[in-house]
Amino acid sequence: MKIHEYQAKMVLTEFGVPVPRGRVADTAPLAGAIAQELGGTVVVKAQIHAGGRGKGGGVKLAKSPQEAEQVASQILGMMLKTHQTGPEGQQVKRVLVEEGMNIRQELYLGIVIDRKVGLPVIMASSAGGMEIEEVARTRPEAIVKVHVDPATGVTGFHTRKLSFGLGLDGDLLKGAADFVTRLWRAFGTKDCSLAEINPLVITADGRLLALDAKMNFDDNALYRHPEIQTLRDLDEESPLEVEASRFNLNYIKLDGNVGCMVNGAGLAMATMDIIKLAGGEPANFLDVGGGASAEQIENAFRILISDANVRAVFINIFGGILRCDRLAEGVIKAVKTLGVSLPIVIRMEGTNVELGQRMLAESGLNFLTAQGMKDGAEKAVRAARGA
Amino acid sequence: MSILVDKSTRVVVQGLTGKEGTFHALACREYGTKVVAGVTPGKGGIVHEGIPVFDTVAAALAKEGANTSLILVPPAFAADAVLEAADAGIRVIVCITEGIPTLDMVNAARALQGKDTRLIGPNCPGIISPGKAKVGIMPGHIHKPGRVGVVSRSGTLTYEAVGQLTARAIGQSTCVGIGGDPIIGTTFVDALRLFQADPETEAILMIGEIGGTAEEDAAAFVRAHVGKPVVGFICGQTAPPGRRMGHAGAIISGGTGTAAEKMAAMRKAGITVVKSPAEMGQAVARLLPPARAAARMAARPVSSGPARKKGRGAAKSRRPVAGRKPRALARPRTRRAK
Repeated sequence: MKIHEYQAKMVLTEFGVPVPRGRVADTAPLAGAIAQELGGTVVVKAQIHAGGRGKGGGVKLAKSPQEAEQVASQILGMMLKTHQTGPEGQQVKRVLVEEGMNIRQELYLGIVIDRKVGLPVIMASSAGGMEIEEVARTRPEAIVKVHVDPATGVTGFHTRKLSFGLGLDGDLLKGAADFVTRLWRAFGTKDCSLAEINPLVITADGRLLALDAKMNFDDNALYRHPEIQTLRDLDEESPLEVEASRFNLNYIKLDGNVGCMVNGAGLAMATMDIIKLAGGEPANFLDVGGGASAEQIENAFRILISDANVRAVFINIFGGILRCDRLAEGVIKAVKTLGVSLPIVIRMEGTNVELGQRMLAESGLNFLTAQGMKDGAEKAVRAARGA
Repeated sequence: MSILVDKSTRVVVQGLTGKEGTFHALACREYGTKVVAGVTPGKGGIVHEGIPVFDTVAAALAKEGANTSLILVPPAFAADAVLEAADAGIRVIVCITEGIPTLDMVNAARALQGKDTRLIGPNCPGIISPGKAKVGIMPGHIHKPGRVGVVSRSGTLTYEAVGQLTARAIGQSTCVGIGGDPIIGTTFVDALRLFQADPETEAILMIGEIGGTAEEDAAAFVRAHVGKPVVGFICGQTAPPGRRMGHAGAIISGGTGTAAEKMAAMRKAGITVVKSPAEMGQAVARLLPPARAAARMAARPVSSGPARKKGRGAAKSRRPVAGRKPRALARPRTRRAK
């Protein structure tokens, strides 16, 4: 799960990670009032989940409360386009108004799970403000990494390795050790999948501050962090995906016109791939899971076809725990209830396949059946073209 | 032979008395697996569906000689179940549970290091040696005893592959689902090492997916240590970057973990990579050596150095072992009954 910068800074503050003074505003007058309160130059920052906000015109300086209000009125409500949003952009509903800083140096600090090693890794780089992937490609020597065993947590040598690697000295060494330790605590305590401070700045007066902050959380661990769950912003997610998540369905909207419904994530990805190989484009990823009920199948079907681009549906099920008869029951019910007129290609295999196929045949509905994935994909792509 | 599970496997099901636990324990038993015990803390002493239930794994091991554990407990308790099984001395732990917090698995995997315990999963369908033992949730009836080892990060896509093999009358030595999470116990490399050492396995099918670099590591291992023919498929060739495709581990992040990269690395290592998931069975059929080569293969130990001589890799042969005939032993003789 992703959260906004202002929310991440609130979470980090709980752990004593230093951040600039500031507050969030959802109206221009409030932004002006916050600027008044802070005094001096402020930064007005659009709050959307996507990165690259500055380049897209979502981050502006203001020298007075009046200017802050004016800048905020421009940013609020705008469709902000960055390399991480879609071409239509993402609407800005809030801005973060923060005190301006005199910056001596910009650094990078981030924590993620290193899958290969099986441990969290803390990464630091002297190339602050740049995306870490970009630094890894162009200047890998600028990145310092330390893996941390949760059993010991961050210890002195970890922070020394990071600090000396960044070329810090004097009073900054202690400040950096403290900063890293606090960020580590936040990462572990809140079950983050990513905690990234980019840039981490050294101010002209020698303080370390999280100028920007990004935190993502492990969805599997959200059950033990109700306070983090409340930070979810549904406006940042596709409405169909939100709807799907209510029924425990894994749905991701894509741009094609062949809707697909599959059990299991791997088979669902493979189904998208084979649609493409058959000359079509998948409209979505949809994994109904191993033990889907007839009701879940019905909901999945409803969500799938509410995407207006869908011209044909390909149902590809390899029944294991999910029995083919249960699938057939759900699909038949969905088609009858929703009055679907789209061509539907069904490929079923596995547990109770004969029963499932008999149910489909006897339903009186016009399903196209397929022998194998390839046949199914080709039939669905053809049907999508014809419709 | 086969790998990890066989006739000597004695299973304790952690979470036996739950709905999932009961359903799958019975399916495993019906397949012929020796399901000797169940563990549900607080229910020790009862007999559930003819299976004795214990409060602890240690008791199940002491009383019933369990050597393998099948974990079907909810995500919040699964990492603890893994640790308990390892502590009791279980040798093979199969964790089916999906949705375990990543940091819980980091800790559990760390704790298993240096122990003589193998963890399979989590978030996996389990492991089956057809005709011998099924320790997992896969449909047993689609499998057939035979000579192909299957290793995969997926569940149903593995069934699809197995279905394609069985339809061609090609049996499997062992099929192992290693799981779709970012932190897993047994990796592709571990499974490949075991298959290479298993005299009954003559060809290997590996099914990967986007995210992480496990397939690249596997490719490097195949290049250096695997003499048997390997067929590969990677799903997620059309997956958009930055999105988690169902599995917690299936995500292209920062431009790495793409299907294209993995397929290229695997091809470079001499693995026959198919683009279409409909061609997995066919590709194995083409590469599977004739039965008479079996004895020769069986004698091959896992080499410590590169399996291939210089020059052979440069011959652009997709078949990792020179001189092997491409002709399939088992052409599609029977179509599976529909």
